[in-house]
Amino acid sequence: MKKLLILSGKGGTGKTTVASAIIKLAKAGAVADCDVDAPNLHLVLSQKTDPAVTEFLGGDKAWIDAEKCSNCGLCKENCRFGALIELNGTMQVKEYSCEGCGVCEAVCPEGAVSLHTDVAGKKELYQAERVFSTAVLKMGRGNSGKLVSEVKSAMLKNAPDTQLAVIDGSPGIGCPVMAAVSGVDFVLIVAEPSYSGLSDLKRLLSVAEGFQTKAAVCVNKWNISPENTERVEDFCKEAGIPFVGRIPYDPTAVAAANNGQTLADQNNILKTAVQDIYCQVMELLGISCK
Amino acid sequence: MKIACLSGKGGAGKTLVAVNLAVAASHIAYVDCDVEEPNGRLFFKPQDLQQHIVTTRLPYFEEEKCSGCRKCVDFCRFHALLYVREKPLLFPEVCHSCGGCMLVCPQKAIKEKENPIGLIEEGRYKDIHVITGILNPGEASGVPVIQEALRYAEGDAIIDCPPGSACSVMESITDADFCVLVAEPTAFGFHNFKMVYELVTLLKKKCGVVINKELLPYEPLESFCKEKNIRILARIPFDEETARLASNGEIAAEHKESVRTIFMELLEKIGGAI
Repeated sequence: MKKLLILSGKGGTGKTTVASAIIKLAKAGAVADCDVDAPNLHLVLSQKTDPAVTEFLGGDKAWIDAEKCSNCGLCKENCRFGALIELNGTMQVKEYSCEGCGVCEAVCPEGAVSLHTDVAGKKELYQAERVFSTAVLKMGRGNSGKLVSEVKSAMLKNAPDTQLAVIDGSPGIGCPVMAAVSGVDFVLIVAEPSYSGLSDLKRLLSVAEGFQTKAAVCVNKWNISPENTERVEDFCKEAGIPFVGRIPYDPTAVAAANNGQTLADQNNILKTAVQDIYCQVMELLGISCK
Repeated sequence: MKIACLSGKGGAGKTLVAVNLAVAASHIAYVDCDVEEPNGRLFFKPQDLQQHIVTTRLPYFEEEKCSGCRKCVDFCRFHALLYVREKPLLFPEVCHSCGGCMLVCPQKAIKEKENPIGLIEEGRYKDIHVITGILNPGEASGVPVIQEALRYAEGDAIIDCPPGSACSVMESITDADFCVLVAEPTAFGFHNFKMVYELVTLLKKKCGVVINKELLPYEPLESFCKEKNIRILARIPFDEETARLASNGEIAAEHKESVRTIFMELLEKIGGAI
């Protein structure tokens, strides 16, 4: 199985738009949405059946037994995350600040602190026409990298014999992106033709290089700024990264997504552009796109 | 007052709104908390730059004192310590800097050193104090950089948040008096807008919506705002000139009177709401 990951650095450049079109064009049998902070792939990949839902267990959270607590303040003093506050004469844990390190439990002389597993989100697995693994992280939770790894492994476990897996990533360069890059064969970066887009592209490539993963770049909405599209292409040429195509800005792209359709379901210039990118990426992956 | 700009979905226009709002306000700090991809500075091109290194603490082991009791390894819930040849070995990328290993070591063999994970860049653009948090590529969590960036903003500030609705966003809006939710009138934009709205409601923050890149009103978003009684503070129409200005790192409110008017009015409405 070849694993293709779609990333962008900057948000909103069109990762999901490109990923969903490639999924349709390739008839990919394995798909994962690793943008667990803001998952959208399910909005354009209609599924005939309901998903199997499982809990995502994040880190632990501390809990204080008010009856045992003597309010000595040692936990608060030793907590580096500011997760303990005194409220009405007892210590309480701020759920969103607690990282579950267990220091408070270790220092409490009364044995009043215990740690409990925190349900930090849910995972969803569709298995009808394709294996589609996705998830939602709860508000304000950390551990998104762990959830990304679990979403990916659920996809791999349930579709081991598929030729191509397509993974939609998240913006940024932090923990969830690094968890998504780990173990994939190829990263397609969707860049935006702007100063911001180019700056974020460079930051993302420095992370991908660290993983020694092969990458290629395409530009979305290129005609918003032909000059900046050239800048991205020139940068790729200099850095020795394959540039695999441009997708124009066209209002029909938004209309398609609003109707739950991908660019591959269109019959216009957008479909031709994304098809061309798809074929070049498949060639780089050593798969025939016909 | 502190005004945070957030969106859920990436690319909805958080930075566009935050930068132009800062220009409309003037005499204010602009804090870029989108530390994984800090782009406000590309618009401001701030002068008189000063850099401050942001560090976290990492444990190290004094070998001659370590008895190999492995209490530290057993304590670490993040599996950042591995027991190899009867000594602890640190995996820095998973360490949360909680200090627990140091606390439980009976030999006092564990010390800590500062480990750089990013930068705060401070500068000026006209009368705006531009503060940028920048996470080093390869670092997992930007939260310490966000906390540090916010510390540099004394008084009134516009806070440019990261995308999503996870811990980094929550950290960015901790002290915000008002949250501007920037929404894209599309199916994707609306879906992520609902998530970020849930987050600000959970934190009991005052908020209002700015609809960006509007071609036509997106009905589901309109009726959701009406139903939940969320005020639509401004509508920024999509036009290619504004898009081009933004793509070249230009501040639209300084080039287009129509954009300037939108942000002056937006600022007034936020002031009224607070």
